[in-house]
Amino acid sequence: MTIHNLYIFDKFGTLLYYAEWNRIKQSGITREEEAKLMYGMLFSIKSFVNRISPTDPKEGFLFYKTNKYALHYLETASGLRFVLNTDTSAVSVKEFLQQYYAKVWVEYVVKNPLWVPGTPVTSDLFKQKSDQYIRQSSLFASKSA
Amino acid sequence: MSRQTSRLDSKKVNSELLTLTYGALVTQIIRDFENIDDVNKQLERIGYNMGIRLIEDFLSRTASTRCLDMRETADKIQQAFRMYLNVQPTISNWAASADEFSLIFDTNPLTEFVELPADMSTLRFSGVLCGCIRGALEMVQLEVHCWFAQDQLKGDGTTEIRVKFIRRLEDAIPAGED
Repeated sequence: MTIHNLYIFDKFGTLLYYAEWNRIKQSGITREEEAKLMYGMLFSIKSFVNRISPTDPKEGFLFYKTNKYALHYLETASGLRFVLNTDTSAVSVKEFLQQYYAKVWVEYVVKNPLWVPGTPVTSDLFKQKSDQYIRQSSLFASKSA
Repeated sequence: MSRQTSRLDSKKVNSELLTLTYGALVTQIIRDFENIDDVNKQLERIGYNMGIRLIEDFLSRTASTRCLDMRETADKIQQAFRMYLNVQPTISNWAASADEFSLIFDTNPLTEFVELPADMSTLRFSGVLCGCIRGALEMVQLEVHCWFAQDQLKGDGTTEIRVKFIRRLEDAIPAGED
């Protein structure tokens, strides 16, 4: 199992944080463009899912999977969006993202008075804790390429 | 700069410390502004700024989803007061349209050792609470109006915060390619 990369967006589509671990293929465009594309796609999928669902969609869009990787999506009620790309065998990533939100994001970003809401995170402490949390998770377990 | 995650769940503080710290803050603001209207505004603003951060902590602990109606919102606010101030406000006085309700407090931890001097009768001492509710709800796309209907500091029997739903804010759509 492996984790490829992580995007965090706010409700206005600003990329607040990006980190990558085992990303083998780069997109070939700048990070800003990539984030815009990613956010646009998520936004479209979300409204597509809500529109096309034959029953009440409740939680809405959760993840999608290709034969190479899986993209997991968590949206909080406050509009934060966590996007984690993993390999296809990863399980219960939603709980993992919820934990990440509670233990890393809230602790080291929201409770940091120097962070201005709605701006990208630059705190080294957060970067370090975030990296540590991801690496220690059972989902990470080094690369399988 | 090393914070331990082990003490994360049980950060309990004596409420007297909070009461006195808050009292010191209000005193300082009064000294800085003199005009009570400005003081009220500042307290509201501080509360708002607290609310927009506090909501993230609340959501991460409770894994709440967005509210579908104001009754659910009222329950969540009640739960938040229990969580952060260890008081249990009563929810009552629903407007017929179900978009307005009151939170009734028998005790208010912020005003435990407080008496208002006669010349400050317009001061909303616990104004941060209103700002906090407003800020937190704005982050979950609810615009509300929030004010004190009764205040024990002003001789009323209970403290009553009134919350009125204004409108649901729309989710932002991504900026187009330009």
